[in-house]
Amino acid sequence: MTGSNRGKSAGSGAVLGGLLVPGKPQILLDPDGNPGWRSLHDSMRKAGEALMENGTELLVLYSTQWTSIIGHQFLADPEPKWTRVDEDFHELGTIDYHLKMDAEFAESWRQKATDRGLTARTVAYEGFPVDTGSLVALKLLNPENRIPACVVSCNMYADRAETVILGKATRDAVEALGLKVTAVAVSALSNRMWTRFIDPVDDRIHSAKDDEWNRKILEILGEGRLEDVSQLAREFSSQAHGDNRFKAIWWLSALMGQDNAFQGRVLDYQAVWGTGAGVVDLVPARRGSSNLEYDEDDAQTWGGDRGVLSSNPGEAT
Amino acid sequence: MSQGSIVAGCLAPHPPHLVYAANPPQNEPRSSGAGAWQGLLDAYASLRGSLESKEYDVLVVHTPHWRTVVGHHVLACPEFKGLSVDPVFPNLFRFHYDLRVDVELAEAMAEEGEAAGLVMKTMRNPDFRVDYGTLTCCHLVRPEWDLPIVALSSNRAYTYFSSEYGDREMLILGEATRRAIEKTGRKALVLGSCSLSHRHFTEEPADPEDPAFEHIHNRNQALWDERVLGHMKMGDCATLLAEMPDFIDQAVSECAEGSLTWLLGALGIPDWPATVHGYGTVIGTGNAVVEWEPGPPTAVEGRP
Ligand SMILES: [Fe+2]
Repeated sequence: MTGSNRGKSAGSGAVLGGLLVPGKPQILLDPDGNPGWRSLHDSMRKAGEALMENGTELLVLYSTQWTSIIGHQFLADPEPKWTRVDEDFHELGTIDYHLKMDAEFAESWRQKATDRGLTARTVAYEGFPVDTGSLVALKLLNPENRIPACVVSCNMYADRAETVILGKATRDAVEALGLKVTAVAVSALSNRMWTRFIDPVDDRIHSAKDDEWNRKILEILGEGRLEDVSQLAREFSSQAHGDNRFKAIWWLSALMGQDNAFQGRVLDYQAVWGTGAGVVDLVPARRGSSNLEYDEDDAQTWGGDRGVLSSNPGEAT
Repeated sequence: MSQGSIVAGCLAPHPPHLVYAANPPQNEPRSSGAGAWQGLLDAYASLRGSLESKEYDVLVVHTPHWRTVVGHHVLACPEFKGLSVDPVFPNLFRFHYDLRVDVELAEAMAEEGEAAGLVMKTMRNPDFRVDYGTLTCCHLVRPEWDLPIVALSSNRAYTYFSSEYGDREMLILGEATRRAIEKTGRKALVLGSCSLSHRHFTEEPADPEDPAFEHIHNRNQALWDERVLGHMKMGDCATLLAEMPDFIDQAVSECAEGSLTWLLGALGIPDWPATVHGYGTVIGTGNAVVEWEPGPPTAVEGRP
């Protein structure tokens, strides 16, 4: 969608659905290394084909593999074109990419995040290294760039409150530009990798405990209870080595309205180098949300101060 | 072939801000020259002055910004050429590099590491983007880029297992590095590239180099950095290592990436004093430029 026809749908912005997808490079670069990797590759391709049919005008991504320190960063280069070699799995080859980003959305997203008190900035530089997770997701879901996308980084210092607010800011931008979007959380479930080189055919989830937790999370997502999983993210992460504290699910749930009223479908679950890789599709359902008790706070704007310990530069110390 | 040796070991931190402030032709962004990090630039100038009297033929660097889970990786293509944009501070670091690698030494390091029981991997994909930790550290130590380098990745041992486990593995890797240098007859400068305390500010002023903004994140961090530098100056790296897990936990130290412990392992856990060329902060983190002369041939672990 171009900027010129945006006004036509202003006010009609909507999140059509959400996807949770893994981002390990084997799925893209070595799908036949293991039947599970092939299955994930094909499941993500199928999920991508469905996006071409459901009216999605924009893909918004949160990738745990793109980390940032100065707040959140939004990829705003309209056509990122470069090469990527994975830091661990460089032997699998080079990912050449030429993507289509929605720079207008990136700027709106940055503004909405700023309005909610977050530190945020867009990045658009030749040679900017788009992370492996974003590339695996975009190359499989959207190989021909038929749908423009926008990616946000995973801030290392952000905890739940900021990540939830980021999700809400994402929704603000979607509504402001009147876009029909699908949200994509690029994250492993359990993220404990093998620390030795394995024969790909021997791949499996790193431990029975990680596997059990992954299956429990997927069972709940399969029931459409996204906010329940968001509330469980801390427990899951500490018990099962969640990918970057499983923050991506906080963002996804906040963007999708912090609700349990979804039709959830677990499209796939496999191991990739010991980690849990799930492909989950969530679509808003007509039924009402369950009346559940939540422990976590629900922040609207960020007013936190990380400088409470900070030295005053004028201090005589 | 005569036996090689380490000519000096340095703690040489890599905030991309320092390359940005130096305005070399290889880096695209231009800085204002406002001077927030002048103390650290002066420290590097002092280190370079000290190294002028030393003859070496390779820089060996351990970098926190090439992160690997599956073992320790080492660059092993003869050359790398490209543009390295820092994904965290792309506004400050977009560096055009053209460098050579000492592949024979890299392979020897991988072999020695493997012989010591570590998982090692040579990196032979020529498209690989050399990380900003390697580039910043090497540029500040020797901006001429006239010598080959060898770069080691930062294995996730500390975060995957524990700081104690990570330190054990990095000491072994450091010893393996030294053996490879000795066996290949190299005169090597070894560079552990990390900050000390590592709590960042999460906002940046309009001019990133504005000195009014720059200071240590909080006094706890400064006190830890002082203590660690005290151990180095006293020649008490055994105590430094004993306290390392606390330092990592309490000061969010970048030593959790293993670079300093690897350096101490390569040097044989120095029990002789280091030269601290300078200390300064970058976006709240504590950074020191430190140099150790080579130690005696046999390491002495522990102190009475
Ligand atoms: Fe660093």
